[in-house]
Amino acid sequence: MSFADLGPYLFIVVAGWLATDIWRWAGVLVGNRIDETSEVLNWVRAVATALVAAVIAKMIFFPTGALETSPLWLRLAAVVFGALAFFVGGRFRQIAGIAAAIAFLAAGLAIIGP
Amino acid sequence: MSDGPEPQSQMHWFLFGMRGLFSLPAIILMLSFVGFAAFTAEAKVPVGEVMFMTGIVWALPAKVILVSSMLSGAPLAATFLAVTLSSVRLMPMVASLVPEIRTARTPTWLLLVISHFIAITAWVFAIERVHKVPRGGRVAFFAGFGATLTTVNVLLVGLVYGAVSVFPPLVSGCLFFLTPVYFLTSLWISARHRVVYWALGIGLALGWLFATIAPQYDILLAGVLGGTLAWWGERMLRRREAAR
Repeated sequence: MSFADLGPYLFIVVAGWLATDIWRWAGVLVGNRIDETSEVLNWVRAVATALVAAVIAKMIFFPTGALETSPLWLRLAAVVFGALAFFVGGRFRQIAGIAAAIAFLAAGLAIIGP
Repeated sequence: MSDGPEPQSQMHWFLFGMRGLFSLPAIILMLSFVGFAAFTAEAKVPVGEVMFMTGIVWALPAKVILVSSMLSGAPLAATFLAVTLSSVRLMPMVASLVPEIRTARTPTWLLLVISHFIAITAWVFAIERVHKVPRGGRVAFFAGFGATLTTVNVLLVGLVYGAVSVFPPLVSGCLFFLTPVYFLTSLWISARHRVVYWALGIGLALGWLFATIAPQYDILLAGVLGGTLAWWGERMLRRREAAR
């Protein structure tokens, strides 16, 4: 069975909605019975974080669309610049980090052309 | 419904939650959704499907994985596995929030319904602010915030999807870049365990490695191997520290 056989909406319902909401429902049912210090939860937390990190890496190293032709060094430099702003940003570190990374990227794209 | 003293007060807290739409995390998330609309428009995913998955899946990382899998023609089982593994993180988020917001009389079905609104941003928002709301109003507060944020983003994605194609490449490029940068900062900020930092670093490195050598299964491989490696390494260090 592939994406084309099923129809996109059914595909989204099964591989998107069911695949995410079962964990939310499990979270409700587990509620406060979950052992926050268990080794299994630690492993699950690590795998989940690494998965999202892999998505981030893919978007930075192999972007689609408008950034596809932009130089890799510019994207990496934008992330590093954003990280610097993030770590000195104090209370506003999230907005500072994001704004710095995007501003760096925008300046770079404007200079060399996207 | 809950310990709320009167219906007016439940409505008050629901409306108070709705006002969270104008908070910084909500605004960053909306910009990320403009970026997600740009990503899907570039990838030529029909706008109806994009709005549908925004409402029904909601978690942004899960949707990015879903769209990537759909584009590469991955089979249903492999897509389900990748999406579901990325969503495991929702379980501890929900499980940690539920005891904070429920009262003795909150029905389980209501918690199951509002749990759908949990994603990174909504969870961070709720954990930060729910203590300022009296217990009886917390479910209404979170429901107001979550339902509003989800609905507004479904409409937003539909609205900007068409505009994305007329954006200059510089703007759509920057919007696309918002999503990974936003995730990086959010993961770092919401991490409350050392293993999360390890998993973030190793996941980034292995994400690049497997995207280069095994692009079809890169996210799954990087997630399971990288996460296990981070967990194992952090555990070894923890044991060594404990032994000292």
